[in-house]
Amino acid sequence: MSDPQAPVKLRQRILNWFHHHPQAKAWSLVLPGGLWLLVFFLAPVLVMFSYSLKERGIYGGVEDGFTVEHYLRFMDRLYLKILWRTVVDATVCTAICLLLGYPTAYVITRGGRLKGLLLFLVILPFWTSFLVRTFAMIFLMRDTGFINTLLLKLGLVTEPIVMLYTPFAVMTGLVYGFLPFMVLPIYSSLEKLDHSLLEAAEVLGARSTRRFLRVTLPLSMPGVVAGCLLVFIPALGSFLTSDLLGGAKEILVGNVVQAQFTSARNWPFGSAASFVLMALVLGAVMIYLRVRDGAEQPAER
Amino acid sequence: MNHLKLPYWIMALVTGVYLFLHLPIIALIAFSFNDSKFSTEWTGFTLHWYERLLERQDILDGLKSSIIVGLSATVISTVLGTLMALALARHVFRGRRLVEAFLYVPIVTPEIVVGISLLILFVAMGVPLGLHSVVIAHVAFNVSFVVVVVLARLQGMDRNLEEAAMILGADELTTFWRITVPQLWPGIISGAMLAFTMSFDDYVITSFVTGTGSSTLPVVVYTMVRKNIEPSINAISTVVLVATTVLVIVAERLGRDKPLVADKD
Amino acid sequence: MPESAASSSPASPQAGADAPVVEFRRVSKTFGAFRAVRDISFTIRKGEFFSLLGPSGCGKTTTLRLLAGFEEPDTDGGEVRLLGEVVNKKRPYERKIAMVFQNYALFPHLTVERNISFGLEMRGTLKVEIPGRVRKAMEMVRLDPGQFARRLPAQLSGGQRQRVALARALVLEPSLLLLDEPLGAIDLKLRKEMQLELKQLNKELGTTFVYVTHDQEEALTMSDRIAVMDNARIAQLGTPAEIYECPRTAFVAKFIGESNFFDGTARERLPDGRFRVQATAGGGSYVVPAGPRVAEGQPVRIAVRPEWLDVFPPDQVPPEENAIAGRIRDVIYLGETLHVLVDLPGEQRVTVALRNEGQLTRPVRWQRGDAAAVAWLPEDCQVLEDE
Repeated sequence: MSDPQAPVKLRQRILNWFHHHPQAKAWSLVLPGGLWLLVFFLAPVLVMFSYSLKERGIYGGVEDGFTVEHYLRFMDRLYLKILWRTVVDATVCTAICLLLGYPTAYVITRGGRLKGLLLFLVILPFWTSFLVRTFAMIFLMRDTGFINTLLLKLGLVTEPIVMLYTPFAVMTGLVYGFLPFMVLPIYSSLEKLDHSLLEAAEVLGARSTRRFLRVTLPLSMPGVVAGCLLVFIPALGSFLTSDLLGGAKEILVGNVVQAQFTSARNWPFGSAASFVLMALVLGAVMIYLRVRDGAEQPAER
Repeated sequence: MNHLKLPYWIMALVTGVYLFLHLPIIALIAFSFNDSKFSTEWTGFTLHWYERLLERQDILDGLKSSIIVGLSATVISTVLGTLMALALARHVFRGRRLVEAFLYVPIVTPEIVVGISLLILFVAMGVPLGLHSVVIAHVAFNVSFVVVVVLARLQGMDRNLEEAAMILGADELTTFWRITVPQLWPGIISGAMLAFTMSFDDYVITSFVTGTGSSTLPVVVYTMVRKNIEPSINAISTVVLVATTVLVIVAERLGRDKPLVADKD
Repeated sequence: MPESAASSSPASPQAGADAPVVEFRRVSKTFGAFRAVRDISFTIRKGEFFSLLGPSGCGKTTTLRLLAGFEEPDTDGGEVRLLGEVVNKKRPYERKIAMVFQNYALFPHLTVERNISFGLEMRGTLKVEIPGRVRKAMEMVRLDPGQFARRLPAQLSGGQRQRVALARALVLEPSLLLLDEPLGAIDLKLRKEMQLELKQLNKELGTTFVYVTHDQEEALTMSDRIAVMDNARIAQLGTPAEIYECPRTAFVAKFIGESNFFDGTARERLPDGRFRVQATAGGGSYVVPAGPRVAEGQPVRIAVRPEWLDVFPPDQVPPEENAIAGRIRDVIYLGETLHVLVDLPGEQRVTVALRNEGQLTRPVRWQRGDAAAVAWLPEDCQVLEDE
């Protein structure tokens, strides 16, 4: 260099160093959040896993030792039934959400001037406290609730209909809670859909039903699959809904977990139950990835 | 209006869906003004239940705790999440795929598992429980959501803007503050908004990691719901609902999508 | 590969006032396994309008980005010099140059005037000077400050954005202005207008312009010199006339304008130094000028522009012209010119451009299938190098 070297400012030296060390730059951005997740998310899950293999302590907590008995307990008829019920409930809930959510998303995309409002009305419950919404269900369904009072008043029934603390209440609560998760992804994939394709199908003479089945539905499948995952996973892990709307009758895996850490004070079994729940979720995610990649493959590669 | 072309049964079904989504809440709000204590029969208009709220110290304390927790968790998770999103959007680095995959795990993990595993860790390490442990838990749960939201915004951003700033004489830091951040603002606001609502609404995680005597509002509401008491719950629910709705609308205005690139004709 | 690079002016090693504004010395840039720029060298003089021309993926944009500092040359990838100083490691904001981007890259959250003043603020211009300079820059690109200063980029038309982008660069009074296909997104009429304006600005301000484009007509219109790039190298560097009239390779001949190619083998050296070439197809022969690339017994490939060819009835070719016999394929009416397509032996088809002298008054009478000969003067051809 022929010109006199100006003193380089500290700020510039730091920036230059990061410019020439892109790995360090990237990792210094990742690290704060990454460490938080490592310490407060991954570490707890690992500790929990180790707990699930230990002996039960008398007053909660754990004793040293190694055992797989807590996992084996899930082979009991009682827990197999709970597992089965959890999966069935989540599946049924997903199916109902799909049946209600798809037409809703479809109507929103064709909503013309009302589109913004219709969309807002689906997004709003998504931001609304889950607890408050669950309470709204109780308020509606209990024996002295809104529906029964109305029905009695109108003379349609003489006795209140028992709705609360039934499987019906739990399912209604689940659908009520997760329906927006189904509508939004389907809406966004329908929205992206190229309208010229539909017009092309129309010009080619496809009738509306056929056009829907052959063109619209297949093209909105990514949204459908994503929506199903977004409903199925929280439905699997839900315990608040069954806790508040199902009473003691409708126990799901989530309730088993919760009970072990509160009333039953069996931490190892609760940890094992948590991992069984995680395994179910993982299974759902794997199926999702399979379906998604399977659908993408012919188009992209 | 092309939606009129749809078959009637679809319109009926969708109308039903909207009623199903909103009637319960509307009924809930309406009866927060009902004079009767026990029945769900309309006996007259009152603001009595709202007055009762102000008398209950646990509710006021809960609200205060919720706001403290919500704000702290939001600030921390928004900063951490935005930084991670920047790394993922702008840099190819070793371990990137691992970081990406790892980020999705908290999103799919059931809240109850997050809450309980943290409880176990805190107890095992002898960390006292309190509002700080709630904040820690909420951040752990929220960061990934912030990353996803901010990342979406970053990926739509025109990188030429940053290059233009640099050739005009702005170094990397100046470019970041004066060009990147203003462009990213709607994404950051949406991410923060999501983090705040999730934190403010959370009952499940909080119920496990909160100490005694430091309950957030949802924990108080849960207790009230369990005890099934009087229309005060309707009133507090209404307050929460109105607060969140206002918040969503304000955030939507603040974070309204300004055009990312100027040359979209 | 030392001979692969093209350089038309000698490299000047000293730094200082006389040093070229830009100098590339055997610069290479690799992205992973992709070699974007290979061993290129050139210099740009002060005040020059210099274009980098080529198809997409040829390396022209990478060359510009190396100059701007967005990319660094490979280690041992040569030197990039600005005003004689090696700047390989200098960051873009340390280079004191200006650039106009393809999509303008206006800051959407800043008004027109704040966009334009951004660079001045960054470079520490006195606060009191800024408004005046912004106003001057806007007037320079013919944007009314009263009308546009407070608008956001989203409230401007494509042409106006283009002018703001230009003002944002020119306000810095840079010694070097880089332009990355700045006219690509505006319509044809405005583009022609802007081409002339840019050229005028270049001459008036004395600023060196480096202009990247894939549009050969644009490059020919505006440039003092053009570097035609192909496959990460400079295929040819020269004035528009040199590039158009003396293309060195078939790629340049094809990329800039249209060309007809004739292959043959040099058979004998004529007394005047020229060569007689045996055509590869059809058995005819023609004369080509002497040159370093022609030797007896060696293959020769020549390019002849359509407008340098003529068509005659086979028996009326002037004696001094080269001719190859064929048949008329078609006559295409283009307004200003007529293109006569002629089939030659060996399945070759050439295009002959004739000036349209009025088809209603002096019509061209060629019909499909007529026997005809294409002819050209021996000096009107360009002997091509192997690529």
